[in-house]
Amino acid sequence: MQNRFGRDAFALLVTAGVLVWLTPLVISTYTLTVLIVYGMLALSLGLIWGYGGILCFGQAAFFGLGAYTYAIAAINIGESTLPMLLAIVVPFVFAMMLGAMMFYGRLGDVYVGVITLVVTLILFRFINSTAGPQFVLGKARLGGFNGIPGFQTLNVPGSPDSYIWGDGLYYFAAAALVVVLLLVSWLLASPFGRIAVGIRENETRMALMGYDVSARKTLLFALGAAIAGLAGALFANWAEIVTPSLFSLGQSAEIIIWCIAGGLGTRSGPIIGAAALAYLKFLLGQQTLVDNTVIMGLILVLFVLFLPKGIVPAVVSGWTMLFGRRGAGKAAALRRNRAGRGAVNHG
Amino acid sequence: MDLFAVILVEILYSIASLILISAGLAVVFGMMKVINLAHGEFMMLGGYATIVAVNQGINVFIAMLVIAPITVGLIGLVVERLVIRHLYGRLVDTMLATWGISLLFIGLATMIFGNTTTGISTPISGFPVGAYQINGYNFFIILVAMVLVLGLYIVLKLTRLGLIARGAMQRADMSAALGYSPSRIYMATFFCGAALSGLAGAVLAPLVGLVPTSGGAYIAKAFITVIAGGPSLISGLASSAGLFGVTSQVFAFSISPMAGEIALLVAAVVLLRLMPQGITGRFFKGKV
Repeated sequence: MQNRFGRDAFALLVTAGVLVWLTPLVISTYTLTVLIVYGMLALSLGLIWGYGGILCFGQAAFFGLGAYTYAIAAINIGESTLPMLLAIVVPFVFAMMLGAMMFYGRLGDVYVGVITLVVTLILFRFINSTAGPQFVLGKARLGGFNGIPGFQTLNVPGSPDSYIWGDGLYYFAAAALVVVLLLVSWLLASPFGRIAVGIRENETRMALMGYDVSARKTLLFALGAAIAGLAGALFANWAEIVTPSLFSLGQSAEIIIWCIAGGLGTRSGPIIGAAALAYLKFLLGQQTLVDNTVIMGLILVLFVLFLPKGIVPAVVSGWTMLFGRRGAGKAAALRRNRAGRGAVNHG
Repeated sequence: MDLFAVILVEILYSIASLILISAGLAVVFGMMKVINLAHGEFMMLGGYATIVAVNQGINVFIAMLVIAPITVGLIGLVVERLVIRHLYGRLVDTMLATWGISLLFIGLATMIFGNTTTGISTPISGFPVGAYQINGYNFFIILVAMVLVLGLYIVLKLTRLGLIARGAMQRADMSAALGYSPSRIYMATFFCGAALSGLAGAVLAPLVGLVPTSGGAYIAKAFITVIAGGPSLISGLASSAGLFGVTSQVFAFSISPMAGEIALLVAAVVLLRLMPQGITGRFFKGKV
């Protein structure tokens, strides 16, 4: 087990290194940074949905919460290290409370979906209505639908004047994504991750084996939120403004589309899905012939109908079918079975 | 006294509009266990159908009560045949597919009608009550909602068609064995649900400025009302719409309209936590 994680980590570092080095030759680092942020956001949902079986319709809530936490804290503190940490901790704690409420109540799939959706809406409505001067946190005005501009962006820890921006922010975001991905891989290889997959496959059985299902789901949910919060903080640094649209339902929908298209139950799937679709949207935004919502909608419908497992699992199984040696293919299939095939549990 | 009358009308109106917004979704979810996230966009299309028809010189009531429901019903029929019928029984997948459909409709509406606000004026004028002004159109909406609930009840409970539909929903195999095609019944039910959504969108169109994204404002409310209502279609719809309507209006009048909106959402979260099966999962069991 430990060995496999080591091999995984090595492969991941090499791939990431090559990608980080090569892609700026094709796409500007400014665009790449946001693709990385979206990749991290998709990974956060991919973790809780693909491995934990928790369909959260409001992952954007944690994304927005992270971004707002960063912005508000950065204005008040004037330095970026502590706000970055807060942007991870606040969504984590918030999701902990929300998750405890849902999972200790033993709510089913649909109800978890509805509640997360409603909570996102509450946040969206609330932030949208805070335009007045009475909504102030410390030195930061919440600004309603105008959002919060002009906060301290990322700087080298300890020296608020040396900003990390442009290429620097790109390398920082890429490094953050790699670290998160390593942590997620480690988590999934650990007993906690194995049991999370077990809960996804059969909740009752895991409960009967003596695992505290509610506590584990709550923790996994909160970890997903923490990753989304970090993505939010990075996004705030990239955009240099935070607006209520971060909380919008459209944002939540996009995260779900990325995960579905990329492939659930894989680590790379959501990231690839997010980067590819966000880049596609960016390209589509440069033409006016077809509204890009149409394309996004079509992609979601077609994927659900024809490729419900997503790109990455389809490519992997195609690869093993074509090129896999018999033994190797079998071993890979066995491994995949042990890791869980990644299909959502359609209850 | 006047204020009391105004508040009473507002509360009734709020309940009625919640019923209207949710009826289409309730039929589709309550009968077929399909959560149609494109419901809001069906309403938006109903609104546009009305506006286009009125601009062609058709009487506004005919446009709202006849043309819009039929148009949207037919669109729903196409959607059901092309997408949803492949996904029956896969709750999460239908949610995702219908979400995709909703994005598709938003995009198409933006391409056709543009990203600008359109609207028509309310066909019924307001009248004063003491020092206050009441919107006469509110009474029309209350009336439509009452007729709708009554009509649904009569169709489902007292007609043979309703009996067959309810039977097919409970045991599709049994009704197939008795000679009714479940596929056709699902199709017809989805048509009715979509038509109800179109009707709601049309009736509410004069009150709101319509943009291609207006559907999003309805879907969450409709979704909450239906889920909180629980398994019984009509009593669930009426009870949860009543509860949420009163809650939101009380908060709206005592604090602010925004507080009303947020109170509704908080009430929904608390309610679902206490009664995960919805109101009719605990009370009024076995009613329609």
